[in-house]
Amino acid sequence: MAATGKQTRSRGSRESMFKVEGLTKVYHTGELDIHALSGVDLTLYEGELAVLLGPSGSGKSTLLNILGGLDTATSGQAWFRGDEITALSERELTQFRRNHVGFVFQFYNLIPSLSARENVALVTEISTSPMAPDEALGLVGLDHRLDHFPAQLSGGEQQRVAIARAIAKRPEVLLCDEPTGALDSKTGVRVLEALTSVNEELGTTTAIITHNAAIKDIAHRVFYFSDGRITKTDVNKRRVTPDKVHW
Amino acid sequence: MLDRKLLRDMKRLWAQALAIALVMAAGVATLILGVGAYRSLDETRSAYYERYNFADIFATVKRAPEGLKQRILEIPGVSAAETRIVKFALLDIEDMAEPATGMAMSIPDYGQVHLNRRYLRSGRFPEPGSAREVTVNENFALAHGFAIGSTFSAILNGNKRTLNIVGIALSPEFIYAVGPGGLIPDPRRFGIMWMSENALAAIFDLEGAFNSVSLKLLRKTDQADVIRQLDDILEPYGGTGAYGREDQLSHAFLDAELKGLAALSRVTPPIFLLVSAFLINMTLSRLIALEREQIGLLKAIGYRPLTIGMHYIKLILIISAAGILIGSVAGTWLGQGLTILYADFFRFPFLIFRRNPDLYVIAAAISGAAALAGGVRAVYHALTLPPAVAMSPPAPAQYAHLGIERLAALKVYSHLTLMALRHTLRWPVRSGLTILGISLSGAVLIMALFTLDSIEFMIDTIFFQSDRQDATLNFNDERPIRIMQAVQQLPGVLTAEPYRTVAVRIRNGHLSRKLAITGKRPDTDLSRVLDLDLQPVTLPETGLVLTQKVAQILKARRGDLVWVEVLEGRRGLKQVPVTEVSQSYLGLSVFMNLDALNKMLEEGPLVSGAHISYDKARTGALYKAIKETPEISGIAIQSASLGKFRETVARTIHMMTAVYIGLSLIIAFGVIYNSARIQLSERAREFASLRVLGFTRGEVSQVLLTELGLLVALAIPLGSVIGYWFAWAVIRGFENDLYRMPFIIEGGTYATASFIVLASAAISAAIVRRRIDRLDMVRALKTRE
Repeated sequence: MAATGKQTRSRGSRESMFKVEGLTKVYHTGELDIHALSGVDLTLYEGELAVLLGPSGSGKSTLLNILGGLDTATSGQAWFRGDEITALSERELTQFRRNHVGFVFQFYNLIPSLSARENVALVTEISTSPMAPDEALGLVGLDHRLDHFPAQLSGGEQQRVAIARAIAKRPEVLLCDEPTGALDSKTGVRVLEALTSVNEELGTTTAIITHNAAIKDIAHRVFYFSDGRITKTDVNKRRVTPDKVHW
Repeated sequence: MLDRKLLRDMKRLWAQALAIALVMAAGVATLILGVGAYRSLDETRSAYYERYNFADIFATVKRAPEGLKQRILEIPGVSAAETRIVKFALLDIEDMAEPATGMAMSIPDYGQVHLNRRYLRSGRFPEPGSAREVTVNENFALAHGFAIGSTFSAILNGNKRTLNIVGIALSPEFIYAVGPGGLIPDPRRFGIMWMSENALAAIFDLEGAFNSVSLKLLRKTDQADVIRQLDDILEPYGGTGAYGREDQLSHAFLDAELKGLAALSRVTPPIFLLVSAFLINMTLSRLIALEREQIGLLKAIGYRPLTIGMHYIKLILIISAAGILIGSVAGTWLGQGLTILYADFFRFPFLIFRRNPDLYVIAAAISGAAALAGGVRAVYHALTLPPAVAMSPPAPAQYAHLGIERLAALKVYSHLTLMALRHTLRWPVRSGLTILGISLSGAVLIMALFTLDSIEFMIDTIFFQSDRQDATLNFNDERPIRIMQAVQQLPGVLTAEPYRTVAVRIRNGHLSRKLAITGKRPDTDLSRVLDLDLQPVTLPETGLVLTQKVAQILKARRGDLVWVEVLEGRRGLKQVPVTEVSQSYLGLSVFMNLDALNKMLEEGPLVSGAHISYDKARTGALYKAIKETPEISGIAIQSASLGKFRETVARTIHMMTAVYIGLSLIIAFGVIYNSARIQLSERAREFASLRVLGFTRGEVSQVLLTELGLLVALAIPLGSVIGYWFAWAVIRGFENDLYRMPFIIEGGTYATASFIVLASAAISAAIVRRRIDRLDMVRALKTRE
């Protein structure tokens, strides 16, 4: 597995973080075969912020899960910094997630029995060169809610703890599946601000899944998904800051 | 439609449901087993007593004229009386070197036998007047492989006779047949021989006389009053005091056993039913929490709360039905096994299996009620949830800081451990009940295993600390002390110590008890009296040494003066001080210095028997000599008693222990497995999150295992405490006049119980661990809690 690159690189260098070729995923459910991915090709570059846009069932989550080592492909290949992740064993996938990937989900998935700080510390405990939990929470603007338990935090705050937890180990990639899906617009914007600032300050390659088209303007590139394929790729000539986004 | 859901739920939850059903089955089974066996045996005994006219009162005399019978019959309330001759004899049997002891008992040559009638298994009773024919008890015949026509020799009143077995019989008097000096029935070494009355009378010079009498009373007769009048009649003829059934050895032993059985069936089933109620509550609460949205939806689309409630009640009823069914079958089967085991140990001519439907109905009703009680809170919760609330996800669980968080920085524990700790403390009642459930399994184990410790301790005390003789010889009558010289000269005898037993009634205030005083030499080294600390006591020159139980019964303490009424010889009433209280696990014994006893009796130096130790190399010669000594009427060999004791323990206690180990495993497994499954279900999402964050399967399992480990770790000491208490209750429950078990729990017993609990925890954990390994991360995370 490649060494962990922490410093911000210029996007001009165009070094690939993820490379995907002919990736397919078929779910066998009873008599029906569901083609979640039908031959996806894609490259994500270091430091890039990508938005994967499409209706539910279009295959974007499946792709993200395979890239993040949560799921395996039926055929095709995917590489992370030149290492083929589609060839990794279960144990190696766990190590891959542990060392390189940060996840953010729609339903936060915080550990309810741990406070905000402890939720972050849970990850830093098993990382090689993490940032301090307080620092990670500071980055998402939660330095005043350190000792609160998830039940004592609002949805937006919980999601920002989840982001802090995801970035505290300084992952090379941050994979976000509908991070604003359960939030209102105002709170959602704060979460997006946290994500873009992490992307900019730490240079973390970030992929955000959404079916909310308004969000696409904050990305460097936008991938449009439909029926398990990427139908279109846009490069945003002019990105906007999250505070300009509304839905 | 809901019923289809029910079936699917059952299919999904089958392992948990089965675990609960098994705990419940254990409750039902122990109830049916205990009560069923008790009822069967009690019924069998009653029928046996009734059909064979078991007497109500028994008395022995030295020699009383037959004419006395009429006077006895005239005592108000006496419906029948039967006189007979009962004598002990040494037996010389071909298949054993050592002499056995026989009890020769007369049966009238003419007329009918009214009391203590024998059940003739095969053959016939001896011909009138025949001194060669004998009918023996079945166990004795079985132990020696005797059939009709077999012969053996008996030394009757000093004369060796060859006896011809003409019949094999059973008697309600000898359901539990213990020879003199024996602890438990040893049919090889003790047999009953029924012989012609005339023949026995001729042999023992008792023509026109008897030395034993039994009475049957009319209903509602005051037994104590009859005993008093009978004693008055028999006193001039050497009566040693009449006694009722409750003191008849066979009846008393059987009664003690049955009481123990009844006690057991009162104690154990509630434990299992309690645990199963808790498990149902725990599992159903979780199921309802998981199905919160479905319940809301069902209500929203118009299902009535009652219908939904019934749906869950049906789930409880299905589990209960399974538990009751398994328990009933297992209980019936085990109950029959236990009844047969008892019936084999005791001896009945027939067995009545009581299979009363009421028992099953009661067992089912109690178990069903316990299960419903366990589930009712959870179901009520489901019924009262408004649909709108039910359909929205529950608020995240509130947790609190523990005050130990600073230690995390010191790396004393990881955050995974913290998760486990906080979760355990988040549900204190449930955690507490889980701990209690697991601890009960440990407690049941201790209760099952400690009996072996107690018995080993008892064996050590009796056979190696107290009665260290190789054999005890009984003389056929009181003999002058000089007989000891002859005993000392028997081949191979190393040490011989005399003893004398005298029938007395001891009175302290209004409390009194008929028992025997055993006189021993003060410096006795073979058969020693032990004080409460199990140190040998030098018998004081005056006064009585009461065993603890006797002291309890008479409420007598050291220094008290008690009245001793001598019931044999010259009789008389003496006031004697209690000088010591001693330990004894068997019978009701009172000891006295032999010289002091003889002095009190004013009869000169007499002895009833001797304890001997002998050179094992000369055993053959010794046995041969004993068989040729007319004065010796009985022998009890310690090694044989010990062997028989161990054999009986192995057969009965070991079986019960095995059953209880099985039952406690069911509890341990039921509680731990269910609690692990519920935790897993509650925390699938958390565990999936951890896996996503890059924690390995092992690390994720660690959270669950830490929590289980914590519960088990707390349960083990608690189980030891409860087990100690259970064991104490068992000791108290089994305490009676015949025997008392010392309260001994060895460290090894606690260790074994803990190990078994830990092992079942480990197995449950391993099964649940496999489920963690198969956790579908993506699906768990996509679902809304």
